[in-house]
Amino acid sequence: MEFFHTCHLCRNLEDAMKALTLAAGLLIATNVVAETPVLTIYTYDSFVSDWGPGPLVEKAFEAQCGCDLQFVATGDGASLLARLLLEGDRSEADVVLGLDTNLTATAAKSGLFSPHSVSADYSLPIAWDDPVFVPYDWGYFAFVHNATLAAPTDFRALAASDLKVVIQDPRSSTPGLGLLMWVKAAYGDDAPEIWSALSDNILTVTKGWSEAYGLFLSGEADMVLSYTTSPAYHLIAEEDAGKSAALFTEGHYLQVEVAAKLKSAKHPDLADAFLQFMVSDAFQDIIPTTNWMYPAVTTQQGLPDGFSTLIQPESALLLSSDAAANIRDEALQEWLAALSQ
Amino acid sequence: MACRAITIGRANTGIIAAVFVVVVILGPLLAVFWRAGGGAWLVSSDMAAIRFTIWQALLSALISVGLAIPVARALARRKFRGRAVLITLLGAPFILPVIVAVLGLLAVFGRSGILAALLSKFGLPPISIYGLQGVVIAHVFFNLPLATRIILQGWQAIPAERFRLAEMLGFGPREIARTLEYPMLRGALPGAFLIIFAICLSSFAVALTLGGGPRATTIELAIYQAFRFDFDLARAAVLASVQIALVAVVAVLALRVTTGDGMGAGLDRVVHRWDVNTVSSKVLDSAVLLLSTVFLLLPLTMIVLNGIAGLGMMPTAIWAALGRSILVALAATSLTVVLGLAMATASRERGWIDSIGLLGVTVSPMVIGTGLFLLINPWVRPTDVALVVTILVNAVMALPFMLRILTPACRAVETDYGRLADSLGLAGWARLRWLILPRIRRALGFGAGLTAALSMGDLGVVMLFADSENATLPLQMYRLMGAYQMQAAAGAGLVLLMASLLLFWGFDRGGRRDADA
Repeated sequence: MEFFHTCHLCRNLEDAMKALTLAAGLLIATNVVAETPVLTIYTYDSFVSDWGPGPLVEKAFEAQCGCDLQFVATGDGASLLARLLLEGDRSEADVVLGLDTNLTATAAKSGLFSPHSVSADYSLPIAWDDPVFVPYDWGYFAFVHNATLAAPTDFRALAASDLKVVIQDPRSSTPGLGLLMWVKAAYGDDAPEIWSALSDNILTVTKGWSEAYGLFLSGEADMVLSYTTSPAYHLIAEEDAGKSAALFTEGHYLQVEVAAKLKSAKHPDLADAFLQFMVSDAFQDIIPTTNWMYPAVTTQQGLPDGFSTLIQPESALLLSSDAAANIRDEALQEWLAALSQ
Repeated sequence: MACRAITIGRANTGIIAAVFVVVVILGPLLAVFWRAGGGAWLVSSDMAAIRFTIWQALLSALISVGLAIPVARALARRKFRGRAVLITLLGAPFILPVIVAVLGLLAVFGRSGILAALLSKFGLPPISIYGLQGVVIAHVFFNLPLATRIILQGWQAIPAERFRLAEMLGFGPREIARTLEYPMLRGALPGAFLIIFAICLSSFAVALTLGGGPRATTIELAIYQAFRFDFDLARAAVLASVQIALVAVVAVLALRVTTGDGMGAGLDRVVHRWDVNTVSSKVLDSAVLLLSTVFLLLPLTMIVLNGIAGLGMMPTAIWAALGRSILVALAATSLTVVLGLAMATASRERGWIDSIGLLGVTVSPMVIGTGLFLLINPWVRPTDVALVVTILVNAVMALPFMLRILTPACRAVETDYGRLADSLGLAGWARLRWLILPRIRRALGFGAGLTAALSMGDLGVVMLFADSENATLPLQMYRLMGAYQMQAAAGAGLVLLMASLLLFWGFDRGGRRDADA
C-alpha cells in the first residue's frame, strides 16, 4: 500500500515538473517576443479617438523610438489625475499627457512626477518655465456662436443681453473650471456680481464639454463655452464658415495642456525621448487639426490655413497653478451662491 | 409565500447569490473607506445636494408610477394592431445612454424643439424645460415605460377566471377595480416606486443638464466632485453610504405597504375582458395610449432621424465596439439570470434576500468603480480585466430590475401551485424546471431583455478601467462627441439604440412566445 501510494505521488510530481518546464519555456518565449520596450502613456479619451491626435502620434513616435507606444485613455483630464493618485507609485504609466494648469498644482504636490529635461522655443502667449510639466498645446476659452449673431464684447454686455449660453459645471469639467478662473482673473472681487448678472443668461450647466457643445449644435443655446479654435474645426473639417468665437475685451483665459514623466516610469529614457518628441514638428504639426488647439511650438510648416481666420485675444489671462488651486474653493462657492438663487 | 429555495446539496443557492452580491457591492465601498482611512464630515453644500436629490427622486418616482397605472391598464385590457411593437418600444427610453435621450427630449421640448415651434405658431412663448420640471420630464421619460411594464406584468398575472367570475357576478368597473385590480396594485406599485426612486437618486447628468444649474446638484454629482477635483475619497464614500441608506429607508417603507397575496390559481390562460366595452372607457384608454405613445416615441423618432445622417460618418471601430458591447450584454445577462433565479426562488424563507438585490441600484457607479479599482490594482492590470469588471458590475446593477420582475412572478406560482407541487414531491431542479420556469417565462424574458439592453447602454462604472483597445459602444460614442464628431456620435447612438432594442426584443419575445394566444 505504502509503496503504491508513494509511487503515485512520484508520477504526479513528474507530471508537475513537466508542466512547469513547459510553462517556463513558454514564458521565456513570450519574453523574447515582447522584447520591444513598451512606453505606456495615460491620456484622456478624445486624444485617442480615431479623429484625435493619438493614432498619428503613435505612428510617428514608433517610427523613431524602436518601441511600442501604448495609450491608455481615462475619461478626461481630471479622471486622469484621479487615476494616477489612486495608483500611486505602482502606476503602469511612464508618461501622463493631458493635465492642464488647473490640475498641475495637485499633481505636483503628489510627488509622483519627475523633472523633465526638455528645452524648446515655446509659442505660448505666456512665459513657461515649469520644471516638471511640458506644454504640448494651448487654447483660449471663448464663447462660440453662429456667425450671424451679433455677439457681445465682454461679460457685462453678455449679462445685459438676453442671449442664452450653455456652460459646463466647474465641479465636473475642465472648461467649466476654466470659465470660473476666467471671471475671477478678469474681475477679482467683482466676480460674484458678474455671476449673478449672468445667471439669467445661463440656459443650463452640463457635465462636460461634449454635452454642452451638443446642445449648442442642436440649436438650444445662442452660445456655448468652448475655445477660440472651435470655429477652425467647422471651417477645416466641415467646410462650414458659419461658426465664430466672441472676442471679449477683458482678455481670454488660457488653457495650457501639459505632459510629464512619472518617477516610477519603467522606461525613463523613452519617456524623456517622448517628451522631447512632443515639442518637435512631427508631433506639433498633428495637433491643430486633430486636437483643435494651438501647438505649443511654432513649426516650420506653420498653422493650417483656417487658423488665420480665428479671433486673436488682446490679452491672455492665466492664474499660476498655485493661485488657481488656492482660489478654486472660494470661486466655486461664489459661483454656487450666484447661480443657486 | 414565495418560491421554494433551490438547493444544491445542503447549500442554499439563494444565500450564495446574495452573499456574492453583497461582496461585489459593499466590498468596493469598504475598500474606498479603507483607502481614505475613515469617513469625513459632509459640508453644507452636500446637505443641499441630499435634499434636492430626495425631492426630485420622490417626485419623479411618484409621477412615473402614477402615470403608468392608466397606461398599463389600457395596455392590459385592449387588443390592437401594433400592441406588441408598442410594448417592445416601451423598453427603449429606459435603455438609452443619457446624452442620447437628453438630445432626443430637447428636440421635442427644447427651445428650438417641436413643441416650441408649435407654440410659436399660435403666438405663444416657448415653455422652458430647464428646471425641476425638466428633471422630472426626463425621469418620467426614462421610467414611465419601466413602471408601465412592471404594472402590466401585475395585470396580466390576474387569472382570466377571476375576470370571468366578476363578469358573472355582474361586477361593474368599480367593483372589479376594488376586488381585483386594487389588491394587485398594492402588490406591484411599491416595488415599482422603490426601484424608480433608487434609479433617480443616482441620476446625475440628466438632473444637471435639464435642471438648469447648480441648484440641481445631486448626491452623485457631489461624489463625482469629491472624487475628481478634491480627491476626497472619505467624503465620496460617506456620500455613497448616504445614498444606500436613503434607499434602505424607502425600501422599508415601501415593503410595509406591499401585500403579497396571490390571486389564486386559474387555468393559467390569457385574459379576455368583458367589462371594458363601454364607450367612456374606450375613449379614456385610447387617449391615454395616444398621449403616452406620443410622449415616448416622439423623442425616439428624433433620435432616429438625427442618427441616420450620421450612420455614414462612423469610423469602422464602431462595429468592433458594437461586438464587444453585445458580448458584454449577453454575458451580464447570463449572470443576472442565474443570480436572479437563485435569489427570487429563495426569498420565501428569507425575505431579506430580495432587499439585498436592491443594493445594485443604490450604490454610486463612481464609488463602486473606484473601489473595484483599488481592490484589483495590486494584483492585475485593471485594463486587462476591463470587460470582466464591466460584465460583473452590469450584472449586479441590473439585478434589482430582474428581481423586481421575477420575485412577484415566482411568488404567484408558488402561492397558486406550490401545494400541488409539494404533494407531488416536486423539489429542487425538477421543481424549477417543470413548475417555475414554464410559468415565469414571460417575466424571465422581460427581465433578461431589460438586463441585456441596460448593460449595452451602460458607461459610467468602468471609466477607470477603460483603455483605447477595449472601448464599448457607449464609450466610443462619447469619444466621438469629444472629438467634435456630433453627427457620427448621433449615428453611433442610433446603432446603440437599435442593438439594445433588438436584444431586448429578442429576449422579451422569447419569453412571450406561445403565451399571447
